[in-house]
Amino acid sequence: MIEVKDLHKSFGDAHILKGISTSFDTGKTNLIIGQSGSGKTVFLKCLLGLYDFEQGEITYDGKVLSKMSVDEKRLLRAEIGMVFQGSALFDSMTIAENIMFPLQMFTKQSKSEMEDRVNIVLNRVNLTDAHNKMPSEASGGMQKRVAIARAIVNNPRYLFCDEPNSGLDPKTAIVIDNLIREITEEFQITTVINSHDMNSVMEIGEKIVFLKDGFKEWEGSKDTIFKTDNEAVTNFVYSSELFKKVRRMYIEENE
Amino acid sequence: MKYLHNIGTYFIMIKNMFRKPTKWSVMKILILKDIDDLIIGSLGIVAFISFFVGGVVAIQTSLNISNPLIPKYLVGFATRQSIILEFAPTFISIIMAGKVGSFITSSIGTMRVTEQIDALEVMGINAINYLVFPKFIALTLYPFIISIAMFLGILGGLAACVYGGYGTYEDYIEGVQVDFIPFHMAYAFIKTMAFAFLLATIPSYYGYFMKGGALEVGKASTTSFVWTSVIIILVNYLLTSLLLG
Repeated sequence: MIEVKDLHKSFGDAHILKGISTSFDTGKTNLIIGQSGSGKTVFLKCLLGLYDFEQGEITYDGKVLSKMSVDEKRLLRAEIGMVFQGSALFDSMTIAENIMFPLQMFTKQSKSEMEDRVNIVLNRVNLTDAHNKMPSEASGGMQKRVAIARAIVNNPRYLFCDEPNSGLDPKTAIVIDNLIREITEEFQITTVINSHDMNSVMEIGEKIVFLKDGFKEWEGSKDTIFKTDNEAVTNFVYSSELFKKVRRMYIEENE
Repeated sequence: MKYLHNIGTYFIMIKNMFRKPTKWSVMKILILKDIDDLIIGSLGIVAFISFFVGGVVAIQTSLNISNPLIPKYLVGFATRQSIILEFAPTFISIIMAGKVGSFITSSIGTMRVTEQIDALEVMGINAINYLVFPKFIALTLYPFIISIAMFLGILGGLAACVYGGYGTYEDYIEGVQVDFIPFHMAYAFIKTMAFAFLLATIPSYYGYFMKGGALEVGKASTTSFVWTSVIIILVNYLLTSLLLG
């Protein structure tokens, strides 16, 4: 579980995060949503410890991030898996080498043990014949799946995904969403996803935190987001006519 | 203020290059790869340029000697001095700032743009050590390239001199051997090591700290080449004043 209390972050005079408090549960897919410029990425980078913050507290299963020693932070980092918006695969390595990389860096496994583990995670993300391909030879969806495989190869306790569906067609996006949800439940990971894909919100948003102008405007789940009367949330989530219609139908059905 | 900030950031990067080292089993592979990319990959162009510039130096020297009192071996002597003292260490380093320097900046810059450096940092890896240190170690073999440049430059001078009819083999060889000062070799290799350090670190700095997208990678490569060349020229002047002045 990750808890955030009164988080403030500024860049010079620009106050980006203005006192965010929330928590992300273990074994659930937690979504951070909001418009571009709302502070989602800065929030995610603060959670990851990539940005220092002026005020507030982030705790990972009771351990305060800002009070961790260098060694504790190193251990924490080894327990974190991250899927970047652009996949961020190392383009000088093959797909198998990319996935093996965290194992080489953080474990003392033999080469055959690492290869076995790579095969397991590649099977898990339904990529069985991609070992020797270079990232540039893989499609966008394939690259995302490799990034997920790399993120989970070292059995992380926390999984962060920054816009995992960006640039993917709707069908592949759903495959990626379902994969993340299944992995989260299967391995009981605390998953935090940064997204503005409304399909993801409806599909896998077990907990949703909506940011607006650096504030936490609303939080709930995919079920409560249909019923909310928070204008900022409804304007953002149901900005298209299709989603407005879906919402009306859902409310009418439930009434 | 911006320049001071950049200089400070550069020195902090150098300090961080030696901190929190990457696992040796991984680092070993990175070093070998960088030796291949930066040293072995540069041999062809260095050999080609050295041979022909050596030839041009010999021809130019020969054509500018009209006084019969000047000994014939001067062509070999002038070629040797030009090649060892300046052409091989300095001129080749400027060329390497273009070839190797822009390769380093663009490869690290692309990693920055595509979030590969963020991925390393999230994993808790010292990205500066992971990316810059192997290049620094690979470029400790830079004197090997400069030795080849010296040899081929003098050989190119000999070929141009003899086959172009500007002098005899014996005169040229006598010139190469006459008044040889061993310290000049030490001076050349001290400069070479200093340039190797600059070639590894300045382009890495411009790649690592770049911001923006693909266009900025191109701009960073150009800026890196300009500043690496400028610093090489300044350090060349400083070392020459200190060691020979």
